[in-house]
Parts: sequence; structure tokens; C-alpha cells
Amino acid sequence: MLSINELRASIEGKEILKGINLEIKPGEVHAIMGPNGSGKSTLASVLAGREEYEVTGGTVVFDGKEILDMAPEERAAEGIFLAFQYPVEIPGVTTINFLKTAVNEIRKYKGESPLDAAQFLKMVREKAKLVSMNDSLLKRALNEGFSGGEKKRNEIFQMAVLEPKLAILDETDSGLDIDALRIVAEGVNSLRSPDRSAIVVTHYQRLLDYIVPDYVHVLYKGRIVKSGTKELAFELEEKGYDWIKAEVEAVG
Amino acid sequence: MSNETIDLKTRLVTDFYARESVMNGEASSAFHQKKRAALAEFDQLGFPTTRNEEWKYSNVKDLTSVLYNFNAGSSITTADLEDLRIPSQEANILYFINGHYNADLSVLVSAASQIIIDSLQEAYKKDPVLVNTYFNELVEDEKDAFTALNTAFAHDGVFIHIPDNQTVEHPVILRFISDARIQNVGSQPRNIIAVGRNAHVKVAEAYRTLGNERSFTNTVTEIFVSEDAGVEYYKVQNESENAYHIGTTKVKMLDRSQFYSGTVTLNGRFTRNNLNIILDGERCEAHMYGLYFPDGTQHVDNHTVADHRKPNSESNELYKGILRDRSKGVFNGKIFVRPDAQKTNAFQSCKNIVLSTDATMNTKPQLEIFADDVKCSHGTTTGQIDEEALFYMRSRGISQSEAMALLMFAFCADVISQIRIDSIREYLEGVIAEKLASK
Ligand SMILES: Nc1ncnc2c1ncn2[C@@H]1O[C@H](COP(=O)(O)OP(=O)(O)OP(=O)(O)O)[C@@H](O)[C@H]1O
Ligand SMILES: [Mg+2]
Repeated sequence: MLSINELRASIEGKEILKGINLEIKPGEVHAIMGPNGSGKSTLASVLAGREEYEVTGGTVVFDGKEILDMAPEERAAEGIFLAFQYPVEIPGVTTINFLKTAVNEIRKYKGESPLDAAQFLKMVREKAKLVSMNDSLLKRALNEGFSGGEKKRNEIFQMAVLEPKLAILDETDSGLDIDALRIVAEGVNSLRSPDRSAIVVTHYQRLLDYIVPDYVHVLYKGRIVKSGTKELAFELEEKGYDWIKAEVEAVG
Repeated sequence: MSNETIDLKTRLVTDFYARESVMNGEASSAFHQKKRAALAEFDQLGFPTTRNEEWKYSNVKDLTSVLYNFNAGSSITTADLEDLRIPSQEANILYFINGHYNADLSVLVSAASQIIIDSLQEAYKKDPVLVNTYFNELVEDEKDAFTALNTAFAHDGVFIHIPDNQTVEHPVILRFISDARIQNVGSQPRNIIAVGRNAHVKVAEAYRTLGNERSFTNTVTEIFVSEDAGVEYYKVQNESENAYHIGTTKVKMLDRSQFYSGTVTLNGRFTRNNLNIILDGERCEAHMYGLYFPDGTQHVDNHTVADHRKPNSESNELYKGILRDRSKGVFNGKIFVRPDAQKTNAFQSCKNIVLSTDATMNTKPQLEIFADDVKCSHGTTTGQIDEEALFYMRSRGISQSEAMALLMFAFCADVISQIRIDSIREYLEGVIAEKLASK
């Protein structure tokens, strides 16, 4: 599904990703953990196609296609979805209008005819229910004045509507209360299927109780320095990152 | 100053006296005396140069370097109007072709007991005293060459009078069309809108051009808003690449009256709009909204004045622009709060998106406050499209051009929604969406 090979990226001349290797098979969920500033959001952004980051080396193959030269909207249409760590507020554009445009642009890309208003509304209502998203939020300007939790829930709602093949969740759990966390996790789990995969960036083992990952990776200083199964997340929760940092420094 | 500039001016002054010499007794009327004084003022002021502070960023040299036919006839027919049409709604629609009222094309639907609508010429024939009580009363002291020029040649335009306590349900839409298909044409519409006590009306001026020769529209509208009255006034400019437009609207508001305005400049080579509101009453409310979209080498200049003369009134202003290519925008917003105008609230904001490094926007808020117990605020911003928002939208599959169009439309939305004549708002939504999607 996704194959990242020796990926390097920098911003403003500073190298952030220093050779990332990661292999994700269809149906798998990979958790990425790591200290603040290690490059997790950078990796997520580079995969989604943010142009401020300069890719200086490596390849990323998604579903058999090299994606590094694709525009963000093409990657989205191919099935990549990024749930932002900090969702952007867009005054004047309603959530519902925004999503309708997105859905129909993606359909156009795939050569499908646009959904009519009734079909679209029906689909959106179902998905909103799935993540317990209040209807009134849909009519408001996108994320404008939304609470932190509402913004995160809106990300998952959008994911549910767009049904991506690869979902990248960047700290979607932070800022959520316990109930919201469960609802968001259920939303993610409901999308799990043998042909959908996910990358879950988080600082907390708690989320992984709900979204059980197949693999856990530790990103540190722009490299994946340790990989394991969900037990690794418990170990990190218990011991912190010092032992990993020490291991890395020892290797040099 | 170039020779050509003198040519247009000389030509206009000569024309004036030639016309005057064939007038009979009318030359001694009070009406004509106002025009005569205005001509002398125009002659003395001459066309402004950029050394004039009010015209610092707007150079009229190009406009004044050629001649225009101010008496051009037009063979315009209903068929020609098809593609100039604003989706219709029941309204009083008056056509002015090259500045002259065209009764055949016009439709009046409101009852005469509710509203008097006449061409200025017709109104003057019927009741010269009434027309003369309003004519030039507001703009006499403007000290502006274009306004004086308009006064000197005032001949046609609209005269609207709403008796006390009448609420006119159907809007009045004034369509000014320059027929520049075969020659350079000039027109100087002069409009008077006098609204009685507790009377309410919506009026729109819509400017269009046919053909690609040059057109020069120099328009003046005087609006009198009596106690407790409410006026909505819109100006929509969708003119040609060779259209020059200079317009002044001056408004005087009395106690507890309300005035809403929307000025939307969609297209035109050179546009200067002066909107000058005197709040000469207590508890008045004046709202001014504006939108402009210059591209290519177009130039759009909005000068506004909110002149608070009495206590307890409020003015509120929001102008927005999107500038592309090598276009230029100017915004100058003056707020005066006179010593008597305690407890004034005055707000002003001008926000711009500049899409090209070659486009420029000059904004100048100018606050002169002589009362101490007032609330005033002003702010101007000039920026680019929000890159974060753009990436967010693209990451959901929305193409860059579609995302830009959505963001720009959203930027305009709070001004568009203030246009309360449905047919005009819908027309604008369509034209603006198309305009934003086109590049
Ligand atoms: N636009 C930028 N300009 C300069 N430095 C940047 C920029 N964006 C990110 N960085 C730097 O890149 C590094 C990695 O940032 P990134 O956001 O990827 O970390 P992270 O692992 O997601 O951290 P956190 O856990 O705090 O979210 C940081 O040192 C950050 O300051
Ligand atoms: Mg991060």
C-alpha cells in the first residue's frame, strides 16, 4: 500500500527527515510515536504533499504510484487523507459546502459523476451520526470558533465521508475528552478493512487501547529508530524516551 | 499639464457657452445660475492632477487626453439589452443610454402615490421649484472639478421623490448604459433622490457598456434622507476595458434615519467612487460596504466620508478588494466627528487580497475627531491568500484553482450578503463566482 524509502525532507534549509523507511501493507495500522520536534508532523505533511517542505531524497510509492511529484489534491483523490494536528479555520466556507466540493472534485478525478444534493446529504448525515457530529457544526464556517475537540471530531468526520485508503492521523487524540476519544476511535475502527490502512501519530498509549496498531515505530531526530508491536507503546509509556535516545547516541 | 488636457477642458467650456447662447429666458433661472457658477468653478479648478491630495494615487491624465461625444445618439434596442440584463425581478427599471432617459425601454411598476420617478428633465418641466430645492444643495461646496462639471451640464438623470410615510416595496433600478460601439462617448447623469419622513426605498445604479470605444461617465447623485427614513443604495459597475467612471454620491441624513450602501466594482478601466455621507441628525445609522476586483491594468479608487455632525449616531464601513495582475486599488476613508457629535460610534475597515506582486493597494484611513466621548476604530489589511487554508483544502482533494476561488468568494461573502435587492445580489454572486474561477 505505502512504501517509504530513504525519505529526506527539509524546510528553510534545515533537514528534518533524515532517511525514513516504512512499509505499510493493506489493512495495517502503524502507530508513530516520538518526542516533540522529532519530525512526526513533518512526515505526515510531506506524505500529504505540503509544498513548503523540500523533498531532498528518497521515494514514496502509494498503491504502485510514485506520489512525490503529485499535487496534494491528486494524492487526496488517490486516497490519502491527513487529519491535521492543528485543523485550519476557514471563515466564510461552510463545512458542508467544503465537503461537497471535495467529494465531487475527487469523483471528477476518478471520472465519476457528481453526487446530487440529496445523495450527498444522505451520505453526510450517516457519517455525521457515526462520529456523533452535531448537525449544527456542518452549517457553520469550517472550524471557525470550533472547540479543540470539535475540530478533531470534524477531521474524523471528513475522513469518514472521504473514505480514504490511507488515513494519517496526526495527534487526533490530543485535546479530546474520554468520550470523544472513544467516539473518534470508533470512527477510525469502523473504517478498518483489509484494504484500508492507517498511520496513527500519538503521544499516548491510551489511544492505542482503542485503535490497536499492528506496529509501533519511534521517530527520533528524523529517523525511525525503533519498531515493534503494541507492547513497545506500553514500554514507552512506562519508561519514557531516555533509553531510546541513549541507544541511538550509543550507536552514534 | 499636456495640451490634450486643455483640449477636453476647453472643449467643455466652449460647449457650455454655445448652449447657453441659444437658451431663451431659461438662462436667467435659478437652476441655470447654479450651473453657470459650477462651470466657472470647473474652469477655475481644471482637471485634478496627482499633486491634488484627493487625487494623489489616481491619475486622470489618460481619461482627459481624448475627446468624447457628450451628445451621442444611440440606436440601442431591446435586443441589444439581452446580454446586459440583470436577472429580472419586479422592479422599477429605468434606462439611460449615453446619459439620456429612454422611456421606451423603461418600466415603472410602483404606484405614483408611493413614489414619483421622473427623468430629471421631465421633473424640472413639471415642477422647477421642487427640483431646484434639491438640485446642487448637497454638492455645491465639494470643490471637486468633476462634480462641478456634472452640475454645469446637468440635464438628465433621475428625480425620485418619496412622500412621507411611504414604503416603496419594489426597488428602483437605474441602468446607465454607455453605447460606445462606434465612437468615444461621454455622459453626465445627475440624480436626485429625496426621501420623505419615515419613508423607505431601495435604489440601485447599474453601469454597463456596449462596445469597445472609450466611454467616460461622470455621475453625481444627491440623496436626502429625512427623519426616520430608510434608504438602501447600491452601485454596481460592470463596464468595459475602456470605460472611465467618476462618480460622486452625497447623502444627508436627518434624525433616526438609516442609510445602507453597497458599491461593487466588477470591471472598468478607471473607476473613482466618492461616497460622502453627512450624518446631520441624532441616532442615525450609516452603513457602507464596498467590493472591487481589478485585474489587468485596471484602477479602482474609493473615497468615502462619514461626517458626524450630531450626537449619538453610528457609521459602519467595510470595503474589500481582490487585486490581480498589475491593477491598482485606492481606498481613502475619512471619518469626521464634529465637536457636537458626542457618543458617536464610527467603525471602518478595509481588507484586501493582493494576488500578484505587481498589483498595488493604497489605503488611507483619515480620522478627524473633535469630540471626546466617541468610539472610533479603523483597520486596514492587505495580504495574500492564506496558504494554510489553501493546503488544508487541497489535502481534501479540492484543486488549487477551486480552493482559491472558494477562499476568495468566502472573503467577499460578508459584503455580498449585505446587498438586499435579491436580483442584484444573485446577479453579483454569479458574476463574482465566474470572475474568481476564471483565473
Ligand atoms: N516551517 C518550519 N520552519 C522551521 N522549522 C520547522 C518548520 N516546521 C517544522 N519545523 C521544525 O521541524 C522539526 C520537526 O517538527 P514536527 O512538527 O515535524 O515535529 P513533531 O514530531 O510533529 O512534534 P510534536 O510532537 O511536538 O508535534 C521541529 O524542530 C520544528 O521546529
Ligand atoms: Mg506534530
